[in-house]
Amino acid sequence: MADHSHGSPDDAVTVAKPGQGGVQKFQDPGLPPHRPRLADVDPRAEKRAERQVGVLFLISIFGTLLFFFGYFFIPLDQTIGTLRLQNLLLGLGTAFAMLGIGVGIVHWAKTLMPDHEIAEDRHEIRPEADRADAEKIVGDILEESGIKRRPLIRNTLLGAGILAIFPAIAIFRDLGPLPGDVLRQTMWDDGVRLTRDPSGTPIKASDVTIGSAFHVIPEGLNEAEHKLEEKAKAVVLLMRLNPESLNPSPGREDWGYDGIVAYSKICTHVGCPVALYEQQTHHLLCPCHQSTFDLTQECKVIFGPAARPLPQLPISVDEEGYLVATSDFQEPVGPSYWERG
Amino acid sequence: MSSSATGQPYQPKTSVGKITNFVDTRVGGSAIVKEFGRKIFPDHWTFMFGEVALYSFVILLLSGTFLTFFFDPSMAETHYDGSYVPLRGIEMSMAYASSLDISFDIRGGLFMRQVHHWSALLFVAAVSVHMLRVFFTGAFRRPRELNWVIGGVLLILAMAAGFTGYSLPDDLLSGNGLRIIDGVVKSIPVVGTYISFFLFGGEFPGTVIIPRLYVLHILLIPAMILLLIAIHLFLVVVHKHTQFPGPGRTNDNVVGFPVGPVYAAKAGGFFFIVFGIIAAISAAFTINPIWNYGPYDPSPVSAGTQPDWYIGWVDGALRLMPGVLAGFPFEWNIPFPWGTNTLSLNVLFPALVPAGIVFTLLFAWPWIEAWVTKDRREKHLLDRPRNAPTRTGVGVAGVVFYCVMWAAASSDLIATHFMVSLNDVTYWLRALVIFGPIIGFVVARRIALALQRKDREIVLHGRETGRIVRLPHGEFIEVHEPVDEYKRYKLVNFDSPEALTAQPDVNGHVPKGEKRRAWASKFFFEDRVAPVTPAELEEAHSHGHHGEVASEHDKAAISSH
Repeated sequence: MADHSHGSPDDAVTVAKPGQGGVQKFQDPGLPPHRPRLADVDPRAEKRAERQVGVLFLISIFGTLLFFFGYFFIPLDQTIGTLRLQNLLLGLGTAFAMLGIGVGIVHWAKTLMPDHEIAEDRHEIRPEADRADAEKIVGDILEESGIKRRPLIRNTLLGAGILAIFPAIAIFRDLGPLPGDVLRQTMWDDGVRLTRDPSGTPIKASDVTIGSAFHVIPEGLNEAEHKLEEKAKAVVLLMRLNPESLNPSPGREDWGYDGIVAYSKICTHVGCPVALYEQQTHHLLCPCHQSTFDLTQECKVIFGPAARPLPQLPISVDEEGYLVATSDFQEPVGPSYWERG
Repeated sequence: MSSSATGQPYQPKTSVGKITNFVDTRVGGSAIVKEFGRKIFPDHWTFMFGEVALYSFVILLLSGTFLTFFFDPSMAETHYDGSYVPLRGIEMSMAYASSLDISFDIRGGLFMRQVHHWSALLFVAAVSVHMLRVFFTGAFRRPRELNWVIGGVLLILAMAAGFTGYSLPDDLLSGNGLRIIDGVVKSIPVVGTYISFFLFGGEFPGTVIIPRLYVLHILLIPAMILLLIAIHLFLVVVHKHTQFPGPGRTNDNVVGFPVGPVYAAKAGGFFFIVFGIIAAISAAFTINPIWNYGPYDPSPVSAGTQPDWYIGWVDGALRLMPGVLAGFPFEWNIPFPWGTNTLSLNVLFPALVPAGIVFTLLFAWPWIEAWVTKDRREKHLLDRPRNAPTRTGVGVAGVVFYCVMWAAASSDLIATHFMVSLNDVTYWLRALVIFGPIIGFVVARRIALALQRKDREIVLHGRETGRIVRLPHGEFIEVHEPVDEYKRYKLVNFDSPEALTAQPDVNGHVPKGEKRRAWASKFFFEDRVAPVTPAELEEAHSHGHHGEVASEHDKAAISSH
């Protein structure tokens, strides 16, 4: 079917089926002449290609042996070095095994199998006559079923079918409890001590020097029943600044203690821990999406995708000098949600 | 074949014939062999991306099945006592502990994890590049529109498969990823909080999310992908593959190699090559060293964390969106009769809108183009991207849009690596995400048009040989050599639709929709470069042009210009 006969590549001007003005088109010269490969004309090249394919398959065999060597002769001894060595041998072994086969087969196909391009005709996806038949068959089926003529049957079936879907949705109701008010509450309460994360040791106000920052969890968190869920809401960052650089708004003057302030560590954007504290600028930075909060402005958002300040935890000291919360957060911590209000 | 005509029963003579006879008389396999054995597939290097996608999916199934034998998708607490000393005695979930065991105590386990992760990255990449190929060459046009849509769904499923798998080891990195998802879900109006609680079985992180993601990851999503791949490939057979235009290649034929033996060998061999390359990468490059991150804990996070690349653009969009712009907050507390509700547009908007734009345009594009061109004929010949300048421009605009958001997912790393301000990087990327696609569109379209003109130039005046010749009167010219007719046919044989003005309907009215279509058509095809016609070529040769020499021997004929 392939047409290799037309014209030689040097034909300078082959123009045109004569046509009318601008619509005329060049004539399809047909498939270019087939160019024989070296292995098609030179028996030595053919033999060489055959050997190359064979060598590639041998490389594959070598790869598989390498894999077995890595698997059986490199005992894992709990050091990362041997693990890496074994991984390297298994990987390289597999790579050689696979690449040897793959490159070998492709080389075989490209050098030794026929490379004549063949043209095959396309056909209509389906003849139009078939379409008409199908239309008639579907029409007959609908007609014989009587679904068009009997609206009572059709409508009740429709109603039943639609309704029958709902149990399939409703049955997933017990995937989880309703939210209720739990997002508004954390473990913090009046008198709960601020303790170090993760050890849970309480923090004295005198331990917090100016410029320092503590990762804080509420006392008793490590023994809590739903530890991770509570921790996901209750983690707090504790920092001490020069009291003059804090600018508390009216009603929040006594939420800190002598320049020590505590803010929720959960970003108000989508909930990553706001773990980076820039001591010099008093900025808190969320490493996930770079929301930046200014500690001197009650953690107002000064950059990034968060839209709300970090909630502040009101704190004080107890009679032993340990830092304690004076209440829970005054607003829900973490990312916004519809019912937050 | 003739045996049936003469009434002789078919008698197999060779051993192959005996096997064929056995199979055919029981399951009727000869029809399949007749249909596929010598079926023609056109060959072009860009047709390889779909194959890479298919093969990396097969490798995902193989390596994933291995991993399921050792992975325990449970969030029950345990104390690690495996081989990795630094984490011994630490409290963690069974999922994390078993992932560590796969890495440290199962021989080949680390290798299989790496193969699985690398091939997942390659799978999504191959699907994406394959779709770009299909888009830029116009392979989505009739009759392949539905297969294009299936491909789009496969891309979404591939990303879903990747994300659900990424979360399974329950390490610190993936746990923070889940927390971001939880934050995004909670921003959905009305139902967000409920979806979050149903998904996590209560408050984040809960104890059920890993087993649930596991079922999605190893059962539901792969089953859907497999089903859609089967339909996808079935439709490829129904449609037959597209081919690039060229001499001998028409809209009514397929030119290429037969499945047996050439194409089967090349495609089959290529599976092993893909596997081999993934194995080599997995041997040499560590991916997701979960032992460095530690178990999930809601408090710590490491700086410079990155999601897997295919989630990057959504994460980047989250980073680019300002929470407060010039004093205007994107989080609103809306008073309703029953109380105040919160709408968090700073999260919702970047999570939904860019992906919404990209996928809506992607799914609708075949019909948009058919509407603009009014061309609903079957298209089996591909376009070279330059020959569809507006489509190419739109595609590049999409790529730029995607890539800016993708870069934004690494804004912190860009800032630290290049020692620039993180804020400036973000401001620049914010500007680029809006203006970049426009610039990309204009530039790509102009380049496509310029390349078309270059093609015209080559057809009319031949190719530049690089040989400089001095004419008798002292002028220097470069000798141009005419292209042969095969090359020329490739350069002139393409559709170049013209802008179609609004057509009145039967009553002589021009409907509004038609006016819009005419406007779109003008936008698409106002600037067009027509293919060279034989008449033009003849004229170019008879008149000579701008110091062009058709071939060396008639250079004397050209004396001036």
